[in-house]
Amino acid sequence: MTRHQRNQVLQWAVFAAGVLAVVAFLWATVEWDAVRRQFFNAEVFRDQFPTMLTEGVRNTLIYTMIGFGGGMVFGLIAALMRRSSVPPARAIALGYVDVMRSLPALLVILIVGFGLPLAFGDNLPTWANSNFVAGGFALALVAGAYLAETIRAGIEAVPKGQGEAARSLGMTAGQTTFTIVLPQAFRIIIPPLTNEFIMLLKDSSLIAVLGIIVGQRELTTIARQASNSSGNYTPLIAAALCYICITLPLTFLVRRLEKRANAGTR
Amino acid sequence: MTAAIEVLHLTKRYGDNVVLKDIDFHVDEREVVCVIGPSGSGKSTLLRCVNRLEDPTSGQILIKGIDICDDDTDLNDVRRRIGMVFQQFNLFPHLSALANVMVAQRKVLNRSSGEAELLARAQLDKVGLGEKADSYPSQLSGGQQQRVAIARALAMDPEIMLFDEATSALDPELVGDVLAVMRDLAAGGMTMMVVTHEMHFARQVADRVVFMADGVVVESGPPEQVLGAPSQPRTQQFLSQVENR
Repeated sequence: MTRHQRNQVLQWAVFAAGVLAVVAFLWATVEWDAVRRQFFNAEVFRDQFPTMLTEGVRNTLIYTMIGFGGGMVFGLIAALMRRSSVPPARAIALGYVDVMRSLPALLVILIVGFGLPLAFGDNLPTWANSNFVAGGFALALVAGAYLAETIRAGIEAVPKGQGEAARSLGMTAGQTTFTIVLPQAFRIIIPPLTNEFIMLLKDSSLIAVLGIIVGQRELTTIARQASNSSGNYTPLIAAALCYICITLPLTFLVRRLEKRANAGTR
Repeated sequence: MTAAIEVLHLTKRYGDNVVLKDIDFHVDEREVVCVIGPSGSGKSTLLRCVNRLEDPTSGQILIKGIDICDDDTDLNDVRRRIGMVFQQFNLFPHLSALANVMVAQRKVLNRSSGEAELLARAQLDKVGLGEKADSYPSQLSGGQQQRVAIARALAMDPEIMLFDEATSALDPELVGDVLAVMRDLAAGGMTMMVVTHEMHFARQVADRVVFMADGVVVESGPPEQVLGAPSQPRTQQFLSQVENR
């Protein structure tokens, strides 16, 4: 055996010993029967469908889309305001970002959820009195603050010469921003944007604090209710699988998209 | 006749650092002026002031008689009439070569996409890159990118062209193609202000050479005079350093 091979064998041995120790510990201490019965009950698992898909996954996606779409709008506006030549505009954007980032999403959802109907009273159309509007709006507010910083970082990552080239051709500041700078900025920030989207996907479970209405429940809420009523935790595992089934393909897709964007244009 | 570019008493300061000191400078219609000098002499800053990518601290800059430091001047309209070529090319990486040459025609001149494409293809042909129209900047060599950048500027029908060390970032074997395009442009009667380190080009193409050092114009005149028989010791010193390389 060469020195290198000896080294390799040693590293594998350490790894195997570690795995063995953990497995042995769990084998001796965990009550596997109870775990299997309570978390991996095939019958209860089957009972979760299709509701978990038709209501849970559907609403989770809707909350996330509203939050992300609204967040992008708020974020873009705040990011552009941060670069404004009007000082109060900069101050407002900065205040929004700093305040929203220091609050827990749960708290924002509660404040918006209870505050919106109170503040606007009868002016609020009846259709707007739903978790989709209040919860989605609250998520958008929170996401917008983080997205504003991400978008700003993206804008600043575009080389200064790009703006100069556009301006030297006679393009206005607005044309330069929207046709030259932002398209490049968004390409740069695809990875952090994916991250924000996934965070938001999970934060959508917090909307349940606004009250649980059948038809407006998302994955986590449905799972919690089902496990309470059945006395079995399998629905939680079913929900977990659903989250993974949304997130992993998305991550994969974005990674491919990113590769293609980089190959073509840089 | 009013000069194409007229710079009067231009001073540019960054904090305490005075980059341009009371500069008087002009480029006549259809004249090719090469600005040479050591790095840090302020020649690029002077060029960037001409289309106000840099704001002068004081002084006057007139483009065809229009004061571009006047707050009432439509700066975008003036810039549209001045083409600029950068050391780092600054092509838009998310657009194909063709789209690079089209985008400002569409946005600034409001040309139809058919007309803009026709003119863009003609300009790309002229710089010898008609076949690269669909390539992205990342797929082009530095020399090709710079020629697309020149086509992009020319597509706006500029009356003046500014070149900011257009060949300094290129591999030596790619410099020739870019200089050839610039030479053609000069022969066609374009008004040009060229900041360059290419002494050979300056000697052959320039109507006038301006030597700058430490933020002032040291010497100015026909190339055979400034480059061949410089009267100022600072110019002589610079030229001997350049030639000894």
